[in-house]
Amino acid sequence: MPQIFTASADTWLRAGVLLAALGVLVTGLLWGGAIGSSYITAVGWVRDQPVPFSHKHHVGDVGIDCRYCHTTVETGPHAGFPATHTCMTCHSQLWTSAPALAPVRESLATGTPIRWQRVARLPDYVYFNHSIHVARGVPCVTCHGRVDQMPLMMRAQPFQMRWCLDCHRDPGPHLRPPDQITRMDWRAWDREGHADYGPNQAALFGIKPERMTDCTLCHR
Amino acid sequence: MTDATDTQRADTQRAAAYAHVTAEVTGIPLHYPRPRAWWLCFLPACGLLAVFFTALGVLLWNGVGVWGLNIPVNWGFDIVNYIWFLGIGHAGTLISAMLLLLNVHWRNSLNRFAEAMTLFAVVCAGLYPLMHLGRPWLFYWVAPYPNSMTLWPQFKSPLTWDFFAVLTYLTVSALFWYIGIVPDLAATRDRARGRLAQVLYGLGALGWRGSAHHWARWGQAYRLTAAIAVPLVVSVHSEISLLLAAGPVPGWSSTVFPPYFVLGAAFSGFAVVSMIAVVLRGALGLQDLVRPLHLDMLGRLLLATGLMTAYGYAAEVFDTLYGGEKPELSLLADRLTGPFAWSYWGAVIANFAPLQLLWWRGVRRHPLALFLIGFSAMVGMWCERFMLLATSLHHSWVPSSWRPYTPSFWEVALFAGMLGVFLVPFLVFVRFLPVISAFEVKEALFEESEEKGGGHAGA
Repeated sequence: MPQIFTASADTWLRAGVLLAALGVLVTGLLWGGAIGSSYITAVGWVRDQPVPFSHKHHVGDVGIDCRYCHTTVETGPHAGFPATHTCMTCHSQLWTSAPALAPVRESLATGTPIRWQRVARLPDYVYFNHSIHVARGVPCVTCHGRVDQMPLMMRAQPFQMRWCLDCHRDPGPHLRPPDQITRMDWRAWDREGHADYGPNQAALFGIKPERMTDCTLCHR
Repeated sequence: MTDATDTQRADTQRAAAYAHVTAEVTGIPLHYPRPRAWWLCFLPACGLLAVFFTALGVLLWNGVGVWGLNIPVNWGFDIVNYIWFLGIGHAGTLISAMLLLLNVHWRNSLNRFAEAMTLFAVVCAGLYPLMHLGRPWLFYWVAPYPNSMTLWPQFKSPLTWDFFAVLTYLTVSALFWYIGIVPDLAATRDRARGRLAQVLYGLGALGWRGSAHHWARWGQAYRLTAAIAVPLVVSVHSEISLLLAAGPVPGWSSTVFPPYFVLGAAFSGFAVVSMIAVVLRGALGLQDLVRPLHLDMLGRLLLATGLMTAYGYAAEVFDTLYGGEKPELSLLADRLTGPFAWSYWGAVIANFAPLQLLWWRGVRRHPLALFLIGFSAMVGMWCERFMLLATSLHHSWVPSSWRPYTPSFWEVALFAGMLGVFLVPFLVFVRFLPVISAFEVKEALFEESEEKGGGHAGA
């Protein structure tokens, strides 16, 4: 009876199996790497905006408080985008003919809001409320990064669930006095240490870390 | 001189008998005896498979709302059939692995197709928990893997237990079945004439040459896998019973549950193995390999496991009466006389009434009788699974939460389709692979002749 397979068939079969196993492994590693990469999480990627608004200039150089524009951050779930009128408080006097601000003037003239591209965006199945975080002393910079150093707005944190949970499992160290939350460069306690403040505040507010990771807290 | 020629003649005869076994078994995939009958089975099975894909599509598009489930009856046909299919699967492992380890040779005529039945039944079972997830495409969330949520699966959830139980069982069953079939694939390869058949069987045979080294390694692997598989039967089906027993629901809190489920599983599985054995030996003309002895043994297994299952029924009722809890008593009354009484009495009658005929050897050895009793037990065990879930859930603690349950059209369609998911691969297996373990049958023949003392006394 003639041979069905050549002498090297065994080697080919083994090589094929090895290759398939390696393929699975490599796919898994690539997938795992991709999930955490900034390509997926969009950390550090600027988005095209209708107006090249610079937080670096307005916050860092001029020193406008976050709440001047994001007015509902203390009272509602959303921080809110400023109305065109807010921009025009200054820009009806300053840079009134700057080409970059044309869309703002047009928005005011037509009464159509500017269509900003959201940068810090959560999925719709996540319930997130700005007001409670602000009221308990979670500073803006924790989630949004040093916006005073961003010429164009970009995401500073991955906004993945593990990142939310890192804080929810141990909120104490992330808290500061609520009147300091909008300070971008607040360093006072980093020098002196504020080990006691967070846990004390957490106890005062009745924050129970064991309840802070309940599924229904965010997925309602 | 005469002694020598006698021995030679006996050797020649035995060699011829062995060759006949191999030729008979490998002849089925190579020259299938009754292709028309096979197509007559295969096409309706494909139709059922199409029903499955339709019902699956409707389910995925609309969500589990197309089923008749409600709160409190949140487990219906999905979990009933999951338990039923997985239970059927266990008999294959018991026949194959347990009897292998116990050196019971009559198993050699039954193990191959019993294992195939296990494999495809476990696939059917495993599909159900996946499909009953709200978003089945996220099924991998039940696996513990490094993820961007830093969450582990909920190890308190039966869903996670199911995942590990079914996946482990599927892996071990598939391995055990495949290791067992390798030498026969090689025999089929060696007898194949067509190039394609030679290559395909050859690939499956993994270069098996039948050397002593191969056999030694094979024996180790086969027995080792068997030793892993047998405890799995107990652990997997105990796990399933704990899905129920861990829930605070009346009617599920009896300590008899794990053994009750394992034995019921074995019972339903032996019923299906009996049916398959009867059908295959008739359809493929394997009367000389699957002999009345084998049917007799299956009948005994069926009778024994059936009676043990009956003990479970009695123990369950006794528990309820002895405990005297009001909701439990109320549930018992509901089971015996309520809207699902058909499933309770159906289970009791279909499981245990025809079973009593198996006390007679003549009935056990009669293929049609065994088939019908097996069929009755299979239906009865389905009724039991349905009864256990539906009655307990619809008749919970508080009367205000009692709610009826009616399976919807798509639930029933999915079940019908699932039979196709079982039948199609099984028929492909019957058509294209050695359905009986030829080399193990020969081993049994050899040892039989050794015991008679007719063979090589000194060789």
